[in-house]
Amino acid sequence: MKELRVTPIKNGTVIDHIPSGMALKVLKILGISEKVSSTVTVAIHVPSKKTQWKDILKVEDRELNPREVDKIALIAPTATVNVIRNYNVAEKRRVVLPEKAVGILKCGNPNCITNQREPIETVFLVNNKMPLTLKCRYCDRAIEDVAAAII
Amino acid sequence: MLSFEGIDVISIADFSKDGVMKVLKIAKEMVPYATGKKTSRSLEGKILSALFFEPSTRTRLSFESAMKRLGGGVLGFAQPEGTSVMKGETLADTIRMVDAYSDIIVIRHPQEGAARLAADFAKKPVINAGDGAGQHPTQTLLDLFTIWETFGKLEGVNVALVGDLKYGRTVHSLTLALSMFGANMRFVAPPSLQMPREIVDQVKERGLHLKMTHDIHDVIGDVDVLYVTRIQKERFPDPQEYAKVAGSYRIDAQLLHDSRKDLIVLHPLPRVGEIAPDVDETPHARYFQQAFNGVSVRMALLSLVLGATK
Repeated sequence: MKELRVTPIKNGTVIDHIPSGMALKVLKILGISEKVSSTVTVAIHVPSKKTQWKDILKVEDRELNPREVDKIALIAPTATVNVIRNYNVAEKRRVVLPEKAVGILKCGNPNCITNQREPIETVFLVNNKMPLTLKCRYCDRAIEDVAAAII
Repeated sequence: MLSFEGIDVISIADFSKDGVMKVLKIAKEMVPYATGKKTSRSLEGKILSALFFEPSTRTRLSFESAMKRLGGGVLGFAQPEGTSVMKGETLADTIRMVDAYSDIIVIRHPQEGAARLAADFAKKPVINAGDGAGQHPTQTLLDLFTIWETFGKLEGVNVALVGDLKYGRTVHSLTLALSMFGANMRFVAPPSLQMPREIVDQVKERGLHLKMTHDIHDVIGDVDVLYVTRIQKERFPDPQEYAKVAGSYRIDAQLLHDSRKDLIVLHPLPRVGEIAPDVDETPHARYFQQAFNGVSVRMALLSLVLGATK
């Protein structure tokens, strides 16, 4: 019998098919640090039928909001998000790269109007999906490191 | 039909080829009004807000002249000192207020993206008169107008851009616009100030003739337009290096002896020694005409956006 490396969770979220090596960045996006109140399981470099290697994240007692899912899409476009309720998969979603990223990235241009004290959210337009390139809707500056620009 | 009524003019990239041509043709019709030979009241009762958060001479005065030549009124400020902006008001709030006072807003701002933000908050149309190192679409339109008016076309015209091609915002927008029309480009700059690669790649993608050099003598004999820009001192850590580089891109009457007879010299101004005064008296000098053309082009835009010209 195949041994399960990580045990099922009762309630929470399983993020599967994260590109290998990106799990820690996804943790950062979700704001998960040493001060967590629920159990978080991280599996890195797990064999995968589809992509050879992948990472998996299990976060107990927490469901993600759409903005968090959009953030994950930016750095882990192959990921799936499974909502677990009472040991069952209640929802299974692929993350979808949005046409524009609203309020989830910070513009790297210090002279961009979005970095001033204005009542607006940042907006980045997806120019190209593969490789991912995004441009600030306000100053046109392209983002060099998407993971580092996530708010 | 291509309608401009009520649109925001933020970036030259928002314009199609047909859109640019429409502005240029109407600008040509505006010339007798811009010179005062004919008068117009087509924008009577309309008010333009000119919000200049950083100093500008040509752009501000030519917008004001354009609006007044069409019978409209102008309000606004030429620098933020003394306004509520200095008290810490956000740009968004300033725009909301001004939106209620006028029919169209013209904004120049030191921060990139400011005009886009203004357009988000204003119900009235917004025209970008330069945002930081970002866009300055009316400058590009008047540059195109000057070339088009001289040669009767833009396609196939050989244009050399000279000077700081790396940081100069006008040359980037102008390059993309000219390449949209099929002009052939020459980039003349010291290696450290050459045209950014992404712009060069976009020109190449259009299959146009392109030449990059640091020596102006390589191109002087085979171009129709010499578009000269200022090389800024602060780009060079060593003042001697600056003096050497700036000197090698100085255009004078002697250099123009080797040029085509109908070559025109353009410059967005102000110039600081890039073009010697002895060029002013030659038939090649077209930079003051270019600055004047700003009035006709801005008249065309105001008239289109405010719906006085369809």
